[in-house]
Amino acid sequence: MTTVVTDNCDLCRFTDCVTVCPMVCFHGDDKMLYIDPVVCIDCGACLPVCPVRAIYEVKNLPPEKHHWIAINAERSAALQLVTDKAQPLPGALERKKQLGF
Amino acid sequence: MLRVAIVGSGPSGFYAAEALLKSSSVEVDMLERLPVPYGLVRYGVAPDHPKLKLPAMAYARTAAMPGFRFVGGVTVGRDVSVSELQDAYHAVVFCAGAETDRELGIPGEELPGSYAATELVGWYNGHPDYLQRNFDLTQERVVIVGHGNVAADVCRILAKPVDALRQTDIAKHALKTLSASRVREIYLIGRHRPVQAKFTDKELRELGEIPQASISLDPGYLELNPSSTAEAEDPRGQVAAWNMMLLREFAARAASTAQRRIHLRFLESPVALYGEDRLEGVILERNRLEGPPFGQRAHGSGDTLRLDCGLLFRSVGYKGVPIPGVPFDTPHGIIPNQQGRVIQGKSPLAGLYCAGWIKRGPSGIIGTNRADAVETATHLLSDFAERDCLPSKAGASTLLPLLSDRGLRCTDFQDWLKIDAAEIARGAAAGKPREKFVRVQDMFGAISDRAAV
Repeated sequence: MTTVVTDNCDLCRFTDCVTVCPMVCFHGDDKMLYIDPVVCIDCGACLPVCPVRAIYEVKNLPPEKHHWIAINAERSAALQLVTDKAQPLPGALERKKQLGF
Repeated sequence: MLRVAIVGSGPSGFYAAEALLKSSSVEVDMLERLPVPYGLVRYGVAPDHPKLKLPAMAYARTAAMPGFRFVGGVTVGRDVSVSELQDAYHAVVFCAGAETDRELGIPGEELPGSYAATELVGWYNGHPDYLQRNFDLTQERVVIVGHGNVAADVCRILAKPVDALRQTDIAKHALKTLSASRVREIYLIGRHRPVQAKFTDKELRELGEIPQASISLDPGYLELNPSSTAEAEDPRGQVAAWNMMLLREFAARAASTAQRRIHLRFLESPVALYGEDRLEGVILERNRLEGPPFGQRAHGSGDTLRLDCGLLFRSVGYKGVPIPGVPFDTPHGIIPNQQGRVIQGKSPLAGLYCAGWIKRGPSGIIGTNRADAVETATHLLSDFAERDCLPSKAGASTLLPLLSDRGLRCTDFQDWLKIDAAEIARGAAAGKPREKFVRVQDMFGAISDRAAV
Protein backbone atom coordinates (compact mmCIF):
# COMPACT_ATOMS: atom_id res chain seq x y z
CA MET A 1 0.00 0.00 0.00
CA THR A 2 1.32 3.45 -0.72
CA THR A 3 0.47 7.07 -1.46
CA VAL A 4 0.66 8.57 -4.96
CA VAL A 5 0.82 11.98 -6.61
CA THR A 6 -1.70 12.37 -9.42
CA ASP A 7 -2.52 14.67 -12.31
CA ASN A 8 -3.31 17.91 -10.47
CA CYS A 9 0.40 18.25 -9.63
CA ASP A 10 1.26 18.50 -13.33
CA LEU A 11 1.78 22.16 -14.31
CA CYS A 12 1.69 23.19 -10.64
CA ARG A 13 4.50 21.49 -8.72
CA PHE A 14 3.84 23.47 -5.52
CA THR A 15 6.22 21.23 -3.45
CA ASP A 16 4.42 21.92 -0.16
CA CYS A 17 4.26 18.13 0.24
CA VAL A 18 8.03 17.88 0.50
CA THR A 19 8.12 20.12 3.57
CA VAL A 20 6.09 17.72 5.71
CA CYS A 21 7.40 14.34 4.59
CA PRO A 22 8.96 12.56 7.62
CA MET A 23 10.97 10.30 5.34
CA VAL A 24 12.48 11.24 1.95
CA CYS A 25 9.88 10.11 -0.54
CA PHE A 26 9.55 12.78 -3.18
CA HIS A 27 11.32 12.70 -6.52
CA GLY A 28 10.65 15.20 -9.28
CA ASP A 29 11.11 16.22 -12.87
CA ASP A 30 10.37 19.69 -14.16
CA LYS A 31 6.63 18.99 -14.47
CA MET A 32 5.61 17.35 -11.19
CA LEU A 33 6.58 15.19 -8.21
CA TYR A 34 6.33 11.46 -7.57
CA ILE A 35 6.37 9.38 -4.38
CA ASP A 36 8.77 6.48 -3.93
CA PRO A 37 6.51 3.59 -2.86
CA VAL A 38 9.43 1.77 -1.24
CA VAL A 39 10.15 4.58 1.25
CA CYS A 40 6.63 5.98 1.79
CA ILE A 41 5.14 4.95 5.15
CA ASP A 42 1.58 6.19 4.38
CA CYS A 43 1.70 8.63 7.26
CA GLY A 44 -0.70 10.93 5.39
CA ALA A 45 1.11 14.18 6.19
CA CYS A 46 1.36 15.29 2.54
CA LEU A 47 -2.30 14.88 1.58
CA PRO A 48 -3.82 17.91 3.31
CA VAL A 49 -0.99 20.35 2.49
CA CYS A 50 -1.21 19.99 -1.32
CA PRO A 51 -2.95 23.16 -2.56
CA VAL A 52 -4.60 21.19 -5.39
CA ARG A 53 -5.26 17.91 -3.57
CA ALA A 54 -3.15 15.93 -6.01
CA ILE A 55 -2.15 13.23 -3.51
CA TYR A 56 -4.13 10.09 -2.67
CA GLU A 57 -3.61 6.98 -0.62
CA VAL A 58 -3.99 4.05 -3.00
CA LYS A 59 -6.98 2.74 -1.03
CA ASN A 60 -8.91 5.91 -1.87
CA LEU A 61 -7.68 6.32 -5.45
CA PRO A 62 -10.56 6.74 -7.94
CA PRO A 63 -10.42 4.01 -10.63
CA GLU A 64 -9.65 6.48 -13.42
CA LYS A 65 -6.42 7.44 -11.58
CA HIS A 66 -5.09 3.94 -10.99
CA HIS A 67 -2.41 4.31 -13.67
CA TRP A 68 -0.67 6.83 -11.36
CA ILE A 69 0.48 3.97 -9.13
CA ALA A 70 2.81 2.65 -11.82
CA ILE A 71 3.84 6.15 -12.91
CA ASN A 72 4.91 7.11 -9.36
CA ALA A 73 6.87 3.86 -8.95
CA GLU A 74 8.68 4.17 -12.29
CA ARG A 75 9.36 7.90 -12.23
CA SER A 76 10.53 8.03 -8.61
CA ALA A 77 13.05 5.29 -9.37
CA ALA A 78 14.48 7.31 -12.25
CA LEU A 79 14.51 10.84 -10.85
CA GLN A 80 16.41 12.88 -8.26
CA LEU A 81 15.07 13.50 -4.77
CA VAL A 82 13.31 16.79 -4.09
CA THR A 83 13.89 17.71 -0.46
CA ASP A 84 13.26 21.45 -0.28
CA LYS A 85 10.34 23.69 -1.08
CA ALA A 86 10.72 25.23 -4.52
CA GLN A 87 8.90 27.89 -6.52
CA PRO A 88 5.77 26.51 -8.19
CA LEU A 89 5.70 26.44 -11.99
CA PRO A 90 4.62 29.60 -13.82
CA GLY A 91 0.84 29.49 -14.16
CA ALA A 92 0.42 27.27 -11.08
CA LEU A 93 -1.92 29.70 -9.35
CA GLU A 94 -4.19 29.97 -12.41
CA ARG A 95 -4.24 26.19 -12.71
CA LYS A 96 -5.14 25.96 -9.02
CA LYS A 97 -8.13 28.27 -9.65
CA GLN A 98 -9.15 26.31 -12.75
CA LEU A 99 -9.12 23.11 -10.67
CA GLY A 100 -11.54 24.71 -8.25
CA PHE A 101 -9.28 25.37 -5.25
CA MET B 1 31.29 27.76 15.17
CA LEU B 2 27.63 28.29 16.01
CA ARG B 3 26.69 26.07 18.95
CA VAL B 4 23.04 25.21 19.49
CA ALA B 5 21.38 23.19 22.23
CA ILE B 6 18.14 21.40 21.29
CA VAL B 7 15.91 20.35 24.18
CA GLY B 8 14.00 17.19 23.24
CA SER B 9 14.77 14.32 20.89
CA GLY B 10 11.46 13.66 19.19
CA PRO B 11 10.57 14.49 15.58
CA SER B 12 10.72 18.26 15.94
CA GLY B 13 14.13 18.07 17.65
CA PHE B 14 15.57 15.92 14.88
CA TYR B 15 14.08 18.00 12.05
CA ALA B 16 15.47 21.14 13.69
CA ALA B 17 18.89 19.48 14.06
CA GLU B 18 18.86 18.35 10.43
CA ALA B 19 17.97 21.82 9.15
CA LEU B 20 20.65 23.46 11.30
CA LEU B 21 23.38 20.98 10.42
CA LYS B 22 22.82 21.55 6.69
CA SER B 23 24.40 24.94 7.28
CA SER B 24 28.17 25.12 7.73
CA SER B 25 29.98 25.65 11.03
CA VAL B 26 27.09 24.56 13.22
CA GLU B 27 27.23 22.10 16.09
CA VAL B 28 24.08 20.74 17.68
CA ASP B 29 23.85 19.11 21.11
CA MET B 30 20.48 17.40 21.58
CA LEU B 31 19.45 17.05 25.24
CA GLU B 32 16.85 14.44 26.20
CA ARG B 33 15.30 13.63 29.57
CA LEU B 34 15.34 9.88 28.99
CA PRO B 35 18.49 7.88 28.19
CA VAL B 36 16.95 7.04 24.80
CA PRO B 37 15.82 9.29 21.92
CA TYR B 38 12.86 9.66 19.56
CA GLY B 39 10.04 10.91 21.75
CA LEU B 40 6.57 9.95 20.51
CA VAL B 41 7.94 7.99 17.56
CA ARG B 42 9.16 5.49 20.16
CA TYR B 43 6.55 6.08 22.87
CA GLY B 44 3.44 7.39 21.12
CA VAL B 45 2.99 5.54 17.81
CA ALA B 46 0.96 2.40 18.44
CA PRO B 47 2.79 -0.96 18.50
CA ASP B 48 0.66 -2.26 15.61
CA HIS B 49 1.71 0.68 13.39
CA PRO B 50 5.34 -0.31 12.82
CA LYS B 51 5.70 1.62 9.55
CA LEU B 52 4.96 4.88 11.34
CA LYS B 53 8.05 4.29 13.49
CA LEU B 54 10.34 4.27 10.46
CA PRO B 55 11.10 8.01 10.67
CA ALA B 56 13.55 6.92 13.37
CA MET B 57 15.78 5.70 10.52
CA ALA B 58 15.85 9.24 9.14
CA TYR B 59 16.70 10.52 12.64
CA ALA B 60 19.59 8.05 12.95
CA ARG B 61 20.98 9.49 9.69
CA THR B 62 20.73 12.99 11.18
CA ALA B 63 22.53 11.72 14.28
CA ALA B 64 25.37 10.57 12.04
CA MET B 65 25.89 14.06 10.56
CA PRO B 66 29.11 15.77 11.62
CA GLY B 67 28.48 18.23 14.43
CA PHE B 68 25.64 16.24 16.04
CA ARG B 69 25.81 15.04 19.64
CA PHE B 70 23.10 13.29 21.69
CA VAL B 71 23.06 13.78 25.48
CA GLY B 72 20.46 11.52 27.13
CA GLY B 73 19.48 11.49 30.79
CA VAL B 74 19.39 15.24 31.40
CA THR B 75 16.26 17.18 32.41
CA VAL B 76 16.49 20.83 31.44
CA GLY B 77 15.12 23.02 34.20
CA ARG B 78 16.14 20.52 36.87
CA ASP B 79 19.64 19.15 36.07
CA VAL B 80 20.76 22.22 34.18
CA SER B 81 19.05 25.59 33.94
CA VAL B 82 18.13 27.41 30.77
CA SER B 83 20.44 30.27 31.71
CA GLU B 84 23.34 27.82 32.12
CA LEU B 85 22.54 26.51 28.63
CA GLN B 86 22.60 30.06 27.31
CA ASP B 87 26.06 30.53 28.87
CA ALA B 88 27.32 27.47 27.00
CA TYR B 89 25.44 27.80 23.69
CA HIS B 90 24.58 30.62 21.30
CA ALA B 91 21.01 29.41 20.97
CA VAL B 92 18.62 26.98 22.65
CA VAL B 93 15.72 25.41 20.72
CA PHE B 94 12.91 23.96 22.84
CA CYS B 95 11.43 20.86 21.19
CA ALA B 96 10.03 19.32 24.34
CA GLY B 97 6.62 18.45 22.94
CA ALA B 98 3.46 18.28 25.01
CA GLU B 99 4.11 15.93 27.89
CA THR B 100 0.84 16.03 29.75
CA ASP B 101 -2.82 15.72 28.87
CA ARG B 102 -5.83 18.00 28.71
CA GLU B 103 -8.31 17.28 31.44
CA LEU B 104 -12.08 17.15 31.03
CA GLY B 105 -12.47 19.45 34.04
CA ILE B 106 -15.52 17.61 35.39
CA PRO B 107 -16.42 16.25 38.83
CA GLY B 108 -15.19 12.72 39.51
CA GLU B 109 -12.30 12.95 37.07
CA GLU B 110 -9.90 11.89 39.82
CA LEU B 111 -11.73 8.64 40.63
CA PRO B 112 -9.59 5.50 40.29
CA GLY B 113 -10.58 4.08 36.91
CA SER B 114 -10.49 7.46 35.17
CA TYR B 115 -7.29 8.11 33.22
CA ALA B 116 -5.76 10.02 30.37
CA ALA B 117 -5.39 8.04 27.14
CA THR B 118 -1.79 9.23 27.10
CA GLU B 119 -1.16 7.21 30.28
CA LEU B 120 -2.34 3.99 28.62
CA VAL B 121 -0.28 4.80 25.53
CA GLY B 122 2.87 5.38 27.61
CA TRP B 123 2.15 2.16 29.51
CA TYR B 124 1.70 -0.12 26.50
CA ASN B 125 4.65 1.49 24.77
CA GLY B 126 6.98 0.81 27.69
CA HIS B 127 7.71 4.39 28.75
CA PRO B 128 9.63 4.23 32.07
CA ASP B 129 7.35 6.83 33.74
CA TYR B 130 4.26 4.63 33.21
CA LEU B 131 5.60 1.26 34.25
CA GLN B 132 3.78 1.32 37.58
CA ARG B 133 0.34 2.12 36.20
CA ASN B 134 -2.38 -0.39 36.99
CA PHE B 135 -5.23 -0.49 34.53
CA ASP B 136 -8.05 -2.78 35.61
CA LEU B 137 -8.81 -4.53 32.36
CA THR B 138 -11.14 -6.95 34.14
CA GLN B 139 -13.73 -4.19 33.68
CA GLU B 140 -16.15 -5.13 30.90
CA ARG B 141 -17.12 -1.62 29.83
CA VAL B 142 -14.62 1.02 28.77
CA VAL B 143 -15.48 4.58 27.76
CA ILE B 144 -13.07 6.60 25.62
CA VAL B 145 -13.82 10.32 25.37
CA GLY B 146 -12.62 11.82 22.09
CA HIS B 147 -12.86 11.20 18.38
CA GLY B 148 -9.26 11.59 17.31
CA ASN B 149 -6.50 9.21 16.33
CA VAL B 150 -5.20 8.71 19.88
CA ALA B 151 -8.71 7.62 20.91
CA ALA B 152 -8.74 5.27 17.90
CA ASP B 153 -5.34 3.82 18.91
CA VAL B 154 -6.49 3.15 22.49
CA CYS B 155 -9.75 1.61 21.22
CA ARG B 156 -7.90 -0.61 18.77
CA ILE B 157 -5.33 -1.86 21.28
CA LEU B 158 -8.10 -2.68 23.79
CA ALA B 159 -10.32 -4.29 21.12
CA LYS B 160 -7.77 -6.42 19.26
CA PRO B 161 -7.37 -10.05 20.25
CA VAL B 162 -4.13 -10.18 22.24
CA ASP B 163 -2.60 -12.68 19.79
CA ALA B 164 -2.67 -9.92 17.17
CA LEU B 165 -0.32 -7.91 19.40
CA ARG B 166 2.14 -10.61 20.45
CA GLN B 167 4.57 -9.94 17.61
CA THR B 168 4.68 -6.16 17.93
CA ASP B 169 7.01 -4.10 20.10
CA ILE B 170 4.30 -3.68 22.75
CA ALA B 171 5.70 -3.75 26.30
CA LYS B 172 5.75 -7.19 27.91
CA HIS B 173 3.83 -6.06 31.01
CA ALA B 174 1.06 -4.67 28.79
CA LEU B 175 0.81 -7.91 26.82
CA LYS B 176 0.42 -9.79 30.10
CA THR B 177 -2.39 -7.53 31.36
CA LEU B 178 -4.10 -7.53 27.96
CA SER B 179 -4.11 -11.33 27.85
CA ALA B 180 -6.26 -11.26 30.99
CA SER B 181 -8.54 -8.52 29.63
CA ARG B 182 -12.28 -8.97 30.08
CA VAL B 183 -13.17 -5.82 28.16
CA ARG B 184 -16.33 -6.41 26.10
CA GLU B 185 -17.90 -3.05 25.29
CA ILE B 186 -15.91 0.02 24.20
CA TYR B 187 -17.72 3.33 23.79
CA LEU B 188 -16.06 6.05 21.73
CA ILE B 189 -17.79 9.27 22.72
CA GLY B 190 -17.56 12.47 20.70
CA ARG B 191 -19.23 15.81 21.30
CA HIS B 192 -19.89 16.56 17.62
CA ARG B 193 -21.42 14.71 14.69
CA PRO B 194 -19.58 12.24 12.43
CA VAL B 195 -18.40 14.84 9.92
CA GLN B 196 -16.50 16.72 12.64
CA ALA B 197 -14.76 13.63 14.01
CA LYS B 198 -11.00 14.00 13.87
CA PHE B 199 -10.14 10.40 12.98
CA THR B 200 -8.27 10.07 9.74
CA ASP B 201 -10.03 7.62 7.41
CA LYS B 202 -7.20 5.11 7.76
CA GLU B 203 -7.64 4.88 11.53
CA LEU B 204 -11.42 4.71 11.26
CA ARG B 205 -11.18 1.94 8.66
CA GLU B 206 -8.91 -0.04 10.99
CA LEU B 207 -11.56 0.07 13.72
CA GLY B 208 -13.84 -1.79 11.32
CA GLU B 209 -11.24 -4.45 10.53
CA ILE B 210 -10.51 -5.81 14.01
CA PRO B 211 -10.92 -9.59 14.24
CA GLN B 212 -13.63 -10.73 16.65
CA ALA B 213 -14.85 -7.18 17.18
CA SER B 214 -17.90 -5.43 15.80
CA ILE B 215 -18.44 -1.70 15.33
CA SER B 216 -21.76 0.06 15.36
CA LEU B 217 -23.40 3.47 15.45
CA ASP B 218 -26.94 4.83 15.43
CA PRO B 219 -27.82 5.15 11.71
CA GLY B 220 -29.66 8.36 12.55
CA TYR B 221 -26.26 10.07 12.63
CA LEU B 222 -25.71 9.30 8.96
CA GLU B 223 -28.08 12.11 8.02
CA LEU B 224 -26.13 15.33 7.82
CA ASN B 225 -27.33 18.76 8.82
CA PRO B 226 -26.81 21.45 6.13
CA SER B 227 -23.54 22.75 7.63
CA SER B 228 -22.09 19.24 7.85
CA THR B 229 -23.11 18.51 4.26
CA ALA B 230 -21.26 21.62 3.14
CA GLU B 231 -18.21 20.58 5.16
CA ALA B 232 -18.14 17.10 3.63
CA GLU B 233 -18.44 18.51 0.09
CA ASP B 234 -15.68 21.09 0.57
CA PRO B 235 -12.14 20.13 -0.54
CA ARG B 236 -11.09 20.60 3.10
CA GLY B 237 -13.63 17.94 4.06
CA GLN B 238 -12.13 15.13 1.98
CA VAL B 239 -11.25 13.03 5.03
CA ALA B 240 -14.72 13.66 6.50
CA ALA B 241 -16.30 12.48 3.22
CA TRP B 242 -14.24 9.27 3.32
CA ASN B 243 -15.16 8.80 6.99
CA MET B 244 -18.87 9.13 6.13
CA MET B 245 -18.51 6.38 3.49
CA LEU B 246 -16.89 4.14 6.11
CA LEU B 247 -19.57 4.90 8.69
CA ARG B 248 -22.34 4.10 6.19
CA GLU B 249 -20.64 0.78 5.58
CA PHE B 250 -20.35 0.11 9.35
CA ALA B 251 -24.03 0.94 9.90
CA ALA B 252 -25.05 -1.45 7.13
CA ARG B 253 -23.28 -4.43 8.69
CA ALA B 254 -25.48 -7.16 10.12
CA ALA B 255 -25.72 -7.36 13.89
CA SER B 256 -22.84 -9.47 15.12
CA THR B 257 -22.13 -11.87 17.93
CA ALA B 258 -18.58 -10.60 18.17
CA GLN B 259 -16.64 -10.95 21.40
CA ARG B 260 -15.95 -7.24 21.65
CA ARG B 261 -18.24 -4.44 20.54
CA ILE B 262 -17.17 -0.91 19.65
CA HIS B 263 -19.92 1.69 19.89
CA LEU B 264 -19.45 5.02 18.15
CA ARG B 265 -21.43 7.71 19.94
CA PHE B 266 -21.94 11.28 18.78
CA LEU B 267 -23.32 14.56 20.14
CA GLU B 268 -22.49 13.58 23.73
CA SER B 269 -20.17 15.24 26.26
CA PRO B 270 -19.26 13.88 29.71
CA VAL B 271 -20.38 16.22 32.48
CA ALA B 272 -19.54 14.14 35.55
CA LEU B 273 -18.07 10.81 36.58
CA TYR B 274 -19.70 8.87 39.43
CA GLY B 275 -18.71 6.09 41.76
CA GLU B 276 -18.20 5.30 45.43
CA ASP B 277 -14.49 4.48 45.79
CA ARG B 278 -13.79 3.98 42.15
CA LEU B 279 -15.33 4.84 38.78
CA GLU B 280 -18.74 3.31 38.20
CA GLY B 281 -20.00 5.41 35.32
CA VAL B 282 -20.27 8.67 33.45
CA ILE B 283 -23.08 11.18 33.04
CA LEU B 284 -23.30 12.30 29.43
CA GLU B 285 -25.11 15.38 28.18
CA ARG B 286 -26.63 15.40 24.72
CA ASN B 287 -25.46 18.22 22.47
CA ARG B 288 -26.87 20.30 19.63
CA LEU B 289 -24.61 21.61 16.93
CA GLU B 290 -25.02 25.19 15.84
CA GLY B 291 -23.03 27.26 13.42
CA PRO B 292 -21.82 27.67 9.87
CA PRO B 293 -19.72 25.09 8.02
CA PHE B 294 -16.33 24.66 9.73
CA GLY B 295 -17.62 26.76 12.63
CA GLN B 296 -20.16 24.45 14.23
CA ARG B 297 -20.06 24.35 18.02
CA ALA B 298 -21.56 21.83 20.42
CA HIS B 299 -24.03 23.21 22.96
CA GLY B 300 -25.41 21.14 25.84
CA SER B 301 -29.15 20.56 25.62
CA GLY B 302 -29.67 19.81 29.29
CA ASP B 303 -30.72 16.22 28.54
CA THR B 304 -28.44 13.76 30.28
CA LEU B 305 -28.04 10.00 30.45
CA ARG B 306 -25.98 7.63 32.59
CA LEU B 307 -23.54 5.16 31.10
CA ASP B 308 -22.13 2.65 33.57
CA CYS B 309 -18.47 1.80 33.06
CA GLY B 310 -15.47 0.85 35.16
CA LEU B 311 -12.75 2.38 33.02
CA LEU B 312 -12.64 5.73 31.25
CA PHE B 313 -9.89 7.29 29.14
CA ARG B 314 -10.04 10.97 28.26
CA SER B 315 -8.46 11.56 24.89
CA VAL B 316 -9.08 15.24 24.27
CA GLY B 317 -5.55 16.35 23.58
CA TYR B 318 -2.02 16.49 24.87
CA LYS B 319 -0.87 19.62 26.73
CA GLY B 320 2.54 21.29 27.03
CA VAL B 321 4.38 21.73 30.29
CA PRO B 322 6.25 24.94 31.24
CA ILE B 323 10.06 24.91 31.41
CA PRO B 324 11.48 26.89 34.35
CA GLY B 325 12.96 30.17 33.18
CA VAL B 326 11.04 30.27 29.89
CA PRO B 327 7.84 32.26 29.21
CA PHE B 328 4.75 30.06 28.95
CA ASP B 329 1.29 30.61 27.51
CA THR B 330 -0.69 28.53 29.98
CA PRO B 331 -4.13 28.56 28.30
CA HIS B 332 -2.61 27.20 25.08
CA GLY B 333 0.10 25.08 26.68
CA ILE B 334 2.82 26.51 24.42
CA ILE B 335 5.88 28.74 24.65
CA PRO B 336 4.87 32.15 23.27
CA ASN B 337 6.68 32.68 20.00
CA GLN B 338 6.71 34.33 16.61
CA GLN B 339 7.46 31.67 13.98
CA GLY B 340 9.69 29.90 16.47
CA ARG B 341 11.46 32.88 18.07
CA VAL B 342 10.50 32.83 21.77
CA ILE B 343 8.93 36.11 22.85
CA GLN B 344 8.21 37.80 26.16
CA GLY B 345 5.24 40.11 25.68
CA LYS B 346 5.85 41.21 22.11
CA SER B 347 9.67 41.10 22.00
CA PRO B 348 11.82 38.17 20.96
CA LEU B 349 14.17 36.87 23.65
CA ALA B 350 17.64 36.64 22.18
CA GLY B 351 18.89 33.11 21.65
CA LEU B 352 15.70 31.25 22.54
CA TYR B 353 13.65 29.32 19.99
CA CYS B 354 11.07 26.57 19.86
CA ALA B 355 9.74 24.00 17.41
CA GLY B 356 7.08 21.30 17.31
CA TRP B 357 4.16 20.89 19.68
CA ILE B 358 5.58 23.21 22.33
CA LYS B 359 5.59 25.93 19.63
CA ARG B 360 2.25 25.48 17.87
CA GLY B 361 0.25 23.18 20.14
CA PRO B 362 -0.33 19.41 20.04
CA SER B 363 -1.75 19.06 16.52
CA GLY B 364 -0.59 17.47 13.32
CA ILE B 365 1.33 14.27 12.72
CA ILE B 366 5.00 13.33 12.60
CA GLY B 367 5.80 15.04 9.31
CA THR B 368 3.95 18.25 10.19
CA ASN B 369 6.83 19.00 12.54
CA ARG B 370 9.34 19.04 9.72
CA ALA B 371 8.02 22.20 8.07
CA ASP B 372 7.58 23.72 11.53
CA ALA B 373 11.17 22.95 12.59
CA VAL B 374 12.59 24.20 9.29
CA GLU B 375 10.82 27.54 9.85
CA THR B 376 12.41 27.88 13.30
CA ALA B 377 15.85 26.81 12.06
CA THR B 378 15.68 29.29 9.17
CA HIS B 379 15.04 32.17 11.59
CA LEU B 380 17.76 30.99 13.96
CA LEU B 381 20.34 30.76 11.18
CA SER B 382 19.41 34.21 9.89
CA ASP B 383 19.64 35.69 13.40
CA PHE B 384 23.17 34.29 13.65
CA ALA B 385 24.18 34.94 10.07
CA GLU B 386 27.18 37.10 11.05
CA ARG B 387 29.36 34.18 12.13
CA ASP B 388 32.61 36.17 12.31
CA CYS B 389 31.33 38.32 15.19
CA LEU B 390 30.06 35.47 17.33
CA PRO B 391 31.28 35.41 20.92
CA SER B 392 32.79 32.01 21.49
CA LYS B 393 30.65 29.49 23.38
CA ALA B 394 32.05 26.26 24.74
CA GLY B 395 29.02 24.02 24.23
CA ALA B 396 29.60 20.46 25.40
CA SER B 397 33.03 21.27 26.87
CA THR B 398 31.15 23.26 29.50
CA LEU B 399 27.97 21.18 29.66
CA LEU B 400 29.30 17.64 30.04
CA PRO B 401 31.69 18.32 32.98
CA LEU B 402 28.91 20.33 34.67
CA LEU B 403 26.48 17.41 34.38
CA SER B 404 29.12 14.96 35.56
CA ASP B 405 29.90 17.16 38.60
CA ARG B 406 26.20 17.01 39.44
CA GLY B 407 26.36 13.22 39.51
CA LEU B 408 24.42 12.62 36.30
CA ARG B 409 25.10 9.61 34.18
CA CYS B 410 24.36 10.61 30.60
CA THR B 411 24.13 8.59 27.42
CA ASP B 412 25.42 9.40 23.95
CA PHE B 413 24.14 8.15 20.60
CA GLN B 414 26.51 5.16 20.60
CA ASP B 415 24.99 4.13 23.94
CA TRP B 416 21.52 4.34 22.36
CA LEU B 417 22.71 2.12 19.50
CA LYS B 418 23.83 -0.48 22.06
CA ILE B 419 20.43 -0.31 23.80
CA ASP B 420 18.74 -0.51 20.38
CA ALA B 421 20.72 -3.62 19.40
CA ALA B 422 20.02 -5.28 22.75
CA GLU B 423 16.27 -4.59 22.45
CA ILE B 424 16.18 -6.05 18.94
CA ALA B 425 18.10 -9.14 20.08
CA ARG B 426 15.74 -9.68 23.04
CA GLY B 427 12.71 -9.27 20.81
CA ALA B 428 13.95 -11.73 18.20
CA ALA B 429 13.54 -14.66 20.60
CA ALA B 430 9.83 -13.80 21.00
CA GLY B 431 9.19 -12.96 17.34
CA LYS B 432 8.96 -9.26 18.18
CA PRO B 433 10.78 -6.43 16.38
CA ARG B 434 12.21 -5.49 19.79
CA GLU B 435 11.62 -6.04 23.48
CA LYS B 436 11.95 -2.57 24.99
CA PHE B 437 13.77 -1.95 28.23
CA VAL B 438 11.17 -0.28 30.42
CA ARG B 439 13.39 0.59 33.36
CA VAL B 440 16.10 3.21 33.10
CA GLN B 441 18.53 1.03 35.08
CA ASP B 442 18.01 -1.80 32.56
CA MET B 443 18.89 0.60 29.73
CA PHE B 444 22.17 1.39 31.50
CA GLY B 445 22.68 -2.32 32.11
CA ALA B 446 22.46 -2.95 28.37
CA ILE B 447 25.16 -0.36 27.72
CA SER B 448 27.54 -2.01 30.20
CA ASP B 449 26.79 -5.51 28.90
CA ARG B 450 27.61 -4.49 25.37
CA ALA B 451 30.77 -2.77 26.46
CA ALA B 452 31.92 -5.96 28.17
CA VAL B 453 31.66 -7.99 24.95
